[in-house]
Formats: sequence, C-alpha cells, structure tokens
Amino acid sequence: MFDLLQYTFIQNALIAAILASVACGIIGAYVVVKKIVFISGGIAHASFGGVGLGYYLGINPMFGVLPFSLLSALVMGIVSKKSKIPEDSAIGILWSLGMALGVIFVYLTPGYAPDLMTYLFGNILTVPRLDLYLMLVLDIVIVGAVYLFYKEFLSLCFDEEFTTVQGVPTEKLYLLLLCIIALTIVVLIKVVGIILVIALLTIPATLSRKFTNNLKRMMLISTVFGIAISVTGIGLSYALDVPSGATIILVLSFVYGFVAVGMDILESRHVSKS
Amino acid sequence: MEKVIELEDVWVRYGNQTILEAVSLELKEPNGLLGIIGPNGGGKTTFLKVLLGLLKPYKGSVKLFGKPPEKSRDLVGYVPQYKGFDFDFPISVWEVVLTGRMSHTGFLKKYSDEDKKAAEEALKTVEMFDLKDRQIGQLSGGQRQRVFIARALATNPKLLLLDEPNTGLDPHMQDELYRLLDRLKQEMAVIMVTHDLSAVSVYVDRIACLNRTLHYHNSREISVEDLEATYQCPVELIAHGVPHRVLERHKGSS
Ligand SMILES: Nc1ncnc2c1ncn2[C@@H]1O[C@H](COP(=O)(O)OP(=O)(O)OP(=O)(O)O)[C@@H](O)[C@H]1O
Ligand SMILES: [Mg+2]
Repeated sequence: MFDLLQYTFIQNALIAAILASVACGIIGAYVVVKKIVFISGGIAHASFGGVGLGYYLGINPMFGVLPFSLLSALVMGIVSKKSKIPEDSAIGILWSLGMALGVIFVYLTPGYAPDLMTYLFGNILTVPRLDLYLMLVLDIVIVGAVYLFYKEFLSLCFDEEFTTVQGVPTEKLYLLLLCIIALTIVVLIKVVGIILVIALLTIPATLSRKFTNNLKRMMLISTVFGIAISVTGIGLSYALDVPSGATIILVLSFVYGFVAVGMDILESRHVSKS
Repeated sequence: MEKVIELEDVWVRYGNQTILEAVSLELKEPNGLLGIIGPNGGGKTTFLKVLLGLLKPYKGSVKLFGKPPEKSRDLVGYVPQYKGFDFDFPISVWEVVLTGRMSHTGFLKKYSDEDKKAAEEALKTVEMFDLKDRQIGQLSGGQRQRVFIARALATNPKLLLLDEPNTGLDPHMQDELYRLLDRLKQEMAVIMVTHDLSAVSVYVDRIACLNRTLHYHNSREISVEDLEATYQCPVELIAHGVPHRVLERHKGSS
C-alpha cells in the first residue's frame, strides 16, 4: 500500500482529495443548512457550458469553467430572486441552457475533445499539477471569504429578513455565497465531475450535521469525512480498476446509509427506553 | 428631540393591489407602547416592513428619528411574526441573539465584548440566559419567541417593533411578555401588532386600527366608528371582552 505513495499521480490524487474536501466540507455546510442544493446543482451543470467554451477556444477547459460557473451563479441568483417565474423553474431553465451551450461548443470544436468524460464524471487519478495549483488558490479564496464573512453568512442562512434589518446587504451577500459555491464546484470538478458534484456538496455536510449542532464544527467534521472517504474511494478505485469519481460517491453513499440508519436505530431505542 | 416616527401619506402596492392607502403617523414620544390592531390581511405586517425599510412605498415618505429607515438600523429592534423557521438549523440561542448586534458591530469585524455584554443582558431580560447554549430547535415555542425578543433587544433599540409576539405563548408567558413590554416601554418606543384586544386595553398607551388605512388619534381610546370601519362588522362582535374604558362611548347612547 505505502509504496503506492511514491507514484506522482497517487500523490497528486491525495493532494486533490484534501483540497477538494476542504472546499466541499466548508461550503457544503452552507449548501445544506440554507437548503440551496438545487441551485448549486444548477450552477454545477450549467458550468458545462464553460467546459465546451474552453475546448472551442482551445484553452484549458478549467479556465473556461471558472468564469462560466461564476457567471451562471450570478445569473441564477439574480434571475431566481428578481424574476416573476418560480425560483425552481428559473434554475431548471438555466441549468439546461448551460449544458446545451456546452454541447454546441463541443460539437463546433474541430476534431476530438479529449478528456471530455473527465469533466463530466471526474478522474482524480489524472489531475495535472497545474490543476492542483488552481485548486489551492481557489481553496484559499474560499476559506478566506468564509473567515471574513462568517457571522454575516450564518445570519443570512438563518434569517435573511432579520439580517437585512441589521443593515447587512443580504442580496449581495447571497450572490457572493453563490459565487463561492461556483468556485467550490470548480475545485470539485476534477474529482467527481460535473454530474456528481452535488453528492460531494451534500453528503459529508449532511452526515456531519448528525454529530454536532454547531456550524463551524459541522464544517470541520465534514472536511474530515470528505478526506477519509475520498482517500478510501481512491484506494478502492485503484485496486478494483473502476472509475474513481463514481467510486468515491458510492463509498460516500454507503457510509451515509450506514451512519444515518445506525444512528436512527440507536435514537429510536433511546426514545422507546426512556 | 427627533420624532421617533414620521410617516407621510404612505401608499404600498403588491402588483396592482393597494395594501396601504394614505397612511400617516407621527410618533413624538420616545417611550410608551403603541398597539396596532386590525383584521387578517389588513396590512399590519406590511406596515412594520415599511417602517423597517424592507418594503419601499411607491408614494410617501418614511422617517425614523429624522432619517430614512436604512440609516437608523442600529436604533430599531424587530421581532418578526411567528413563521415556519427551519428549527433544525445548527445555531445556538447565543448565536441567534448575537446576530441582533450586527448593526453595531459592522462588516468584517468579530463581535466585541460590548456586543457580548448586550447579548447577555438581553437574554437575562427574557430569562433565557441559562439556555444560551441550546440549539434553537431544542426549545419550546414560547422559549423560542423569547429568544427572538432577546435578539431584538440586543440591538439596544430606541424603537422596538413586535409583530404578534404573543403567538404561541401560554397565558402565563403572555402575561410575562406584557409585563416585560411594560418595563421596556419606559426606555424606548414600542409598537406591538396584536389580535389580543383585551391585552391592548390593559397595557397600551396608544391604539391604532389598521385595515388599508390607519386610524390613529394619539390616544388610548378607539372610537366605535374606527373599529367598525377597520373590522367591517358591528362593534359588539369585536369589542367582546374589551373593557369599556378603552372603547369610547357610543355617541347617542347614555
Ligand atoms: N409578498 C406578497 N405579495 C403579494 N401580496 C402580499 C404579499 N405579502 C402580503 N400580501 C398581501 O398584503 C395584504 C396585507 O398583508 P399583511 O401580511 O400585511 O397582513 P397582516 O395585517 O399582517 O395580517 P395577519 O393578521 O394575518 O398577520 C394581504 O392581503 C396579503 O395578501
Ligand atoms: Mg401579519
């Protein structure tokens, strides 16, 4: 097992797993407690347009995804709050619009689009160095923003109206939160891909909620869960030679199932005894 | 001395439906309790949201302490109407009450010792300091209501707005609430929206009736005409249980 660690691609995969777990542990907590899973899924899928754009322009698709996901976060945030159409319909429309754009861009790109599947389903075993640096920078931005705005984000997620009354520009803050979610999605794409991102954003956070009533501790615990589970997933996918992104999601789901069901059984015993 | 509230000819619409019509109100006294009564959908919550600057009237002007609502955030405390919160939210009583300090703390800063002291005092005022570490979902409805009152008090407001704060409180707790307001109104102006007419009759210093238009005469008496216009039904149905010293004598009857 340990001699595996001397391979560069394994080292890169482990670093990627840690960087991804930090981002999804912290931001996933917001996604779960503010119940914005759907809009986060929308941003993730819409950013496929950015992958297509990257191929079309002949640049690293990651640099297509970055601006595109930020743009879709802003558009979704503004449209879903301001327009007369119901929020979930607006998100649904933009979700598919982004993906459709991506498909068209890929189609228009001459020749073959290499690694397209990597962006859809992730492959942590092939993350290049450059992407790791990008992930690190994004992690620093994400952690910094949450550190600076912690009390505002907490209040925003709990009671938006009261937060406005306290003089906090809640609309801008909400857009900022969506942009940070967009950055998180960029960090996660190489690990599990656009299609599976939402699992990484929700499962560790939901799981950690079972162990604490404190948002900060929730972020910490879900980061630890994320690291442990994605490392397990990497090991399994290497040993069994199956796709890493999907394996990580399967491990996540299994652990969640066991812990959630186990704790519910324990709790119901508790209640029936007392 | 600045006037606490100056509302001039305020009109509010949702779509093409007029919710508030030509509402004017002047509140000079920096203390005392103003009760606002009115039927469901009469626009009471809307009225408070106008005062809080959450809703912009399409006509008219709103001033609190001589400034627009956006500039007087640190002077106003707000207890919203009981709503379906997410009580599973991972936040403690203490953290909730601290959010009432944000208008003082400012952006990008940590809560100061002064903020923590204000939050502690607010919690002690509503007798919830012992439960400060509880998660918000692990409280009873009435305890939670007290936490929201503490959150508003933590602001150290000069104007306290409460939207049906007695909802979900048992008679004993309601009585406690009214006595608390009785104390608070010595130091600040308090406005309470309520359906509890008998409480209104005992505790308030001034009464207003609101149903699209506001009937207010800077007194603790309601005229029968105002009541009937507000509720659009005969006064006997409304004033059931309201002591007569609140209800102005019917003109003509002895
Ligand atoms: N967001 C909204 N969009 C459209 N109409 C609204 C909205 N909020 C309130 N209304 C309408 O405005 C009117 C006044 O509502 P408001 O909440 O101010 O009533 P209220 O006096 O507080 O009633 P209650 O006693 O039931 O709390 C109602 O007819 C309501 O239907
Ligand atoms: Mg109301």
